[in-house]
Amino acid sequence: MTSLFEEISDPTPDDVPVNRVAITVNGQKRTADVEPRLLLAHFLRQGLKLTGTHTGCDTTNCGACTVLMDGKPVKSCTVLAVQAEGREVVTVEGMASGSELDSVQEGFKDEHALQCGFCTPGMMLAARALLNENPDPTEDEVRFALSGNLCRCTGYQNIVKAVLWAAAKDRGEDPTQAVEKYTAKQKGANQ
Amino acid sequence: MFPGRFHYASPRALDEAVELLQKAEGEGKVLAGGQSLIPLLKLRFASPSILVDINNLPGLDYIKVESDGAFRIGALARHGEIERSDDIARLQPTAAAAVPVVADPIVRSRGTLVGSVCHADPQGDWAAVMIALDGSVTAYGPEGKRSIMVKDFVTGPFQNVLSYPEIAIEATIPAPKGDVAGGFLKLERRVGDFATAGAAIGLEFNAGRVSRAGIALTGVGGATVNAEAAAEALMNSSLGSDAVMRAADLAAEASSPKSDHRGSADYKRHIVHTFVRRILAGIATDQERAA
Repeated sequence: MTSLFEEISDPTPDDVPVNRVAITVNGQKRTADVEPRLLLAHFLRQGLKLTGTHTGCDTTNCGACTVLMDGKPVKSCTVLAVQAEGREVVTVEGMASGSELDSVQEGFKDEHALQCGFCTPGMMLAARALLNENPDPTEDEVRFALSGNLCRCTGYQNIVKAVLWAAAKDRGEDPTQAVEKYTAKQKGANQ
Repeated sequence: MFPGRFHYASPRALDEAVELLQKAEGEGKVLAGGQSLIPLLKLRFASPSILVDINNLPGLDYIKVESDGAFRIGALARHGEIERSDDIARLQPTAAAAVPVVADPIVRSRGTLVGSVCHADPQGDWAAVMIALDGSVTAYGPEGKRSIMVKDFVTGPFQNVLSYPEIAIEATIPAPKGDVAGGFLKLERRVGDFATAGAAIGLEFNAGRVSRAGIALTGVGGATVNAEAAAEALMNSSLGSDAVMRAADLAAEASSPKSDHRGSADYKRHIVHTFVRRILAGIATDQERAA
């Protein structure tokens, strides 16, 4: 990989700082020479062609670029690639194992938790981080954990359902029932 | 968006970090959580010659309570770790109330309390909390260590008294001498936005009367506001309505907000007044319940 990418590097002068990084991305060790100013989001998207990580606002607000770094959700537009040196990064491409979807992905599919899909990768990784820490979250806890991720389609209702669905599945309970219970509670609250 | 060019070093020892900064002759910058610095670099508001990344320095990620009740928080303790700390939840109500509303949950995985205090954003949360708690920052440099009270540490918007190439390595909340109470309220348009206005209050009680008080405000001045007179008005009171009203009036007076897209100056001053009253009323209720 070149030090930076075509769109931002003129013919690279010799005095440009370059650091070698070795980052485990989705279980695979990837090595590259990068400029320190390269953002992790750009390393993943342009460098590794893992375009599932979306760059939305580019200002640390929207959470579309969320990936897991050593298990913690981070906004990859606000982490330098050199900072991921020696760390483990999981992107949306690393969620499924083979043809088996992560329960969060299944939940998003089952509950129609995406409209345009732009926020989806970040939402799913933030949700995965939540469920790893708290396998039985309440609706409020789900909303709180996802409050750093924006959905411009405003499809939050189904996103919350999808995460509750995945949590139930992970716990070995019937996910459809868990969502029905939540929907019934909401209907009650609205009457 | 991407930052301008800089060199990068990730030292494994504190002295090495200080040395790297020294070599950069004023042009180096410390990178901790990076949740304010990296956005500034991307906007090209900052263009250091080298970033000295302290994330790989050992032993700076602690949140410790001393036997006397003092807190020591290392420069790499993330907001999220403070949020999950049982000690903070149990013993430090001002910090416990503030941390869930600092930035957003994803930013809290990376950002640090010490970094936030150093960044000295007039709309930041932690400097207000630390001023209300009489907290201090420990700086480490070629001359060794020194401790600086946060109220003297933050000198203006995005300005602190660190003397290059010093590095802030710790924040301290002193041991309480009485029963601790406190709170934090912030108005934000949505999660992760800068504060429209916010108030941090830290109190200690002896025999039902206030023996120490700190009130600091965020988002309502050119720098974090230390509302000393408002805090003074609470001393020796048992949070009766007169003392509470006087403190709220003085806190509103101490603030100097500007009208902007988040609200008019009058509105923000009104919010400060309301928040100070609301936090104190909550504390008074808790006190009555405990008695």
